[in-house]
Amino acid sequence: MTAVVRMSRRDFLRISGGTAAALALGVHLPGAARAAPGANALTPNAWLSIDEAGTVTVWVARSEMGQGVLTSMPMLVAEQLDADWSKVKVVQAVANPKYGRMSTGGSTSVRRSWEPLQKAGAAARQMLVAAAAQRWGVAPETCSTSSGTVVDSRGRVLSYGELAAAAAKHEVPAEPRLKPPADFRILGKPVARLDVPEKVDGRAIFGIDVRLPGMLFATVARCPVRGGRVKAVREEAALKVPGVRQVFEVPSGVAVVADSTWAAIRGREALKLTFDPGSNAGLDSAAISAILADPKAKLEVARQDGDFEAAFAASERKLEAVYEFPFLAHVTPEPMNTTARVGPGGAEIWSPTQSPTGAQDDVAKALGLPAERVLVHTTLLGGGFGRRAMSDVPVEAAHVARAAGAPVQLVWTREDDMVHDFFRPVSRNVLAAGLDAQGGLAAWRHTVRAPSVAAQLFGKAQGRPDVVEGAVGFPYRAGAVRVDAFTPPVGVTIGWWRSVYSSQNACAEECFLDEVALRAGKDPFAFRRDLLGGSPRLRGALELAAARAGWGRPLPAGRGRGIACHASFGSYVAEVAEVSVEGGEIRVHRVVVAVDCGRIVNPNTIEAQMESAVAYGLGPALRAAITIRDGAAMQRNFDEYEPLRIHEMPAVEVHRVPSDEPPGGIGEPGVPPVAPAVLNAVAAASGVRVRTLPAGRQGAGKKA
Amino acid sequence: MPVFSLDVNGARRTADAQADTPLLWVLRDALGLTGTKYGCGIGQCGACTVLLDGAAVRSCAVTVKDAVGHRIVTIEGLSPDAGHPVQRAWVAEEVPQCGYCQSGQILAAAALLARTPLPTDKQVDDALAGVLCVCGSYNRIRSAVRRAAEAMGKGVRP
Repeated sequence: MTAVVRMSRRDFLRISGGTAAALALGVHLPGAARAAPGANALTPNAWLSIDEAGTVTVWVARSEMGQGVLTSMPMLVAEQLDADWSKVKVVQAVANPKYGRMSTGGSTSVRRSWEPLQKAGAAARQMLVAAAAQRWGVAPETCSTSSGTVVDSRGRVLSYGELAAAAAKHEVPAEPRLKPPADFRILGKPVARLDVPEKVDGRAIFGIDVRLPGMLFATVARCPVRGGRVKAVREEAALKVPGVRQVFEVPSGVAVVADSTWAAIRGREALKLTFDPGSNAGLDSAAISAILADPKAKLEVARQDGDFEAAFAASERKLEAVYEFPFLAHVTPEPMNTTARVGPGGAEIWSPTQSPTGAQDDVAKALGLPAERVLVHTTLLGGGFGRRAMSDVPVEAAHVARAAGAPVQLVWTREDDMVHDFFRPVSRNVLAAGLDAQGGLAAWRHTVRAPSVAAQLFGKAQGRPDVVEGAVGFPYRAGAVRVDAFTPPVGVTIGWWRSVYSSQNACAEECFLDEVALRAGKDPFAFRRDLLGGSPRLRGALELAAARAGWGRPLPAGRGRGIACHASFGSYVAEVAEVSVEGGEIRVHRVVVAVDCGRIVNPNTIEAQMESAVAYGLGPALRAAITIRDGAAMQRNFDEYEPLRIHEMPAVEVHRVPSDEPPGGIGEPGVPPVAPAVLNAVAAASGVRVRTLPAGRQGAGKKA
Repeated sequence: MPVFSLDVNGARRTADAQADTPLLWVLRDALGLTGTKYGCGIGQCGACTVLLDGAAVRSCAVTVKDAVGHRIVTIEGLSPDAGHPVQRAWVAEEVPQCGYCQSGQILAAAALLARTPLPTDKQVDDALAGVLCVCGSYNRIRSAVRRAAEAMGKGVRP
């Protein structure tokens, strides 16, 4: 039976040169399976091993946060291996540079694994064939493979398990031959997700479920303002809370270590803290809006096709609009947490991280250890959405565990999680367009005014500013195009949020384009289609979505349809939303999604990710926003920042444009078209043009 | 510290805890039943849903003291082999993505079907509106509840 197995002690022994015993870290998870290959196994590379029983172990170096990598990654290997899928076992790889940079983000898992993982499987297959051919005394070319066996022209059969030991003696081919897509038997076919069974009976181990012998629980109190710090702490009351063991300072704040999570939470509540909020103390949302709107801003040009100013000046009709987007929280269902154990010679980390090697490097740096002395186990992630790409939590856990002198599980409360998020940046998008006498698009300008994530994380970035992602690729034919940016720092911690800057920029672009189409007296779908000659894949998705949604067909009274499309992360997605607006309340009834994501691994996953994108995009479109007062986020929990609930979920239909192009991403590209499709539908249903998000906050009360 | 005797998944379990400790943390930290999840601590997300005498409740909002004397069922105890019709329907419809909220979703659905064997769409939404799924598995949840209701109607009992 195919199974998901976690934790490998042997991996640690390998990376640490067999000296793990010296680290005094003799603990690993109870029930953890050993996944290391035996002596008679075929282990041609870091990705797979085949043992004498024919079990194929595949190491997955990507983090499972719901997007299905624990299934899609082994599918890539199994296809070229011609494996018996029921004998494939999946192991979450511990952080190790041999897998390359282990980062799950930017919708890259399939794109970056497509070739290497297929080659890994093909190399093993070629070695198994060579071993069988040698045993039979025939030429390898006369042998074929099928479902975990090698067969020769006379019908003789040897299983991969029988051949594994002999195959291991053959040279690993550097450039194994890949079977062509026409012969695929696993890739592109619906395969049941391997992680589903353990997620319906409580067995699934997320980061917060890690339990180690002697483990304590911790919370950390931090200053809620970026750049602020704890000035003074009185811990007497906290230490009196039953179960609280220790209170001490760590670089990020004050840690409370206790026998249970609850005691740690109560102890932290009992701390008497004085903060020095620093230079951002007076910051609020209005001040940030003013920074972004600075009339003296110096704009960086990111794209210039033709002379926008001249084309705009010569236009028959001119439109201008400002779209505004708030900070957003990631709200991973599982609050931030990490479990750490720090010994004299090394550290061991269990974390629901999107960036295991990043966590390894950052923890090593924080503790003054070489990276190979930090073992990072990736657990299941209760959501990621970009938040878990950051190493702040693993580093904080390592500091707490070292000071506590015991294994510690650091748990952030939901309030911590929301207040100390790396928010989706706020932005102010200024757009202008000119129409010629025939209603053609003569000029297009999109100015993105937003703080830069890259600049905040890495210092002043070189090259094109990151904030124009999703705007600079404006795909429509226009007489002149100018895209520019203003990227002031704003004193709030920001980060990558599912689909990154496309989440704002595509919304502004697609909503404003609707305004332009309507001003030209044209149908919003036809207007887009006619200008998308330069992007046939996006046009294909647009046409499919429109056709499946019944674009142009009459709707019941009070309903409106909106359309939007966007290319991001290598994929092309169009969506049509049907909404009604009653008493200012927006109700989304149906969303039709069409996606061209190139060659695919698992159609089940693609459908699920598009459904997920609709839900994730709708909450912020309708009501979710982080606002800032006194330098800190005002929303602290789900009563103040509410994701979509089941009764608000529209019907979602997903259609795929068949494609032989290289695979595109799938985790993020479904998000950008959601908000503009819905807001364009709101305009169609009610005549109200929403330009400040979220829509619900202004009650959709202003006529365009 | 006081000792509480609880009826959890049909077994008698004892836990040392302060009387006002939410049942959630007793289950997770004292009894090792980590299938019950922490999400918000204020009864807004439903990830901590358990059954108390068959009713779906937020275990973050029930103290261990108040749980004494009631039958508590967590995801680990819903069936011995993941064979409850709701769990089977969840697998068949491939509901979970990240999966973090699904213990709460499944127990809320099981409680609904136990008292309303053939719920309307609105009854399904009403019963599950308190359990957030940020991954957006809601349409599959709806399909799975319908599938489970059909199976139970044909005599497949938990």
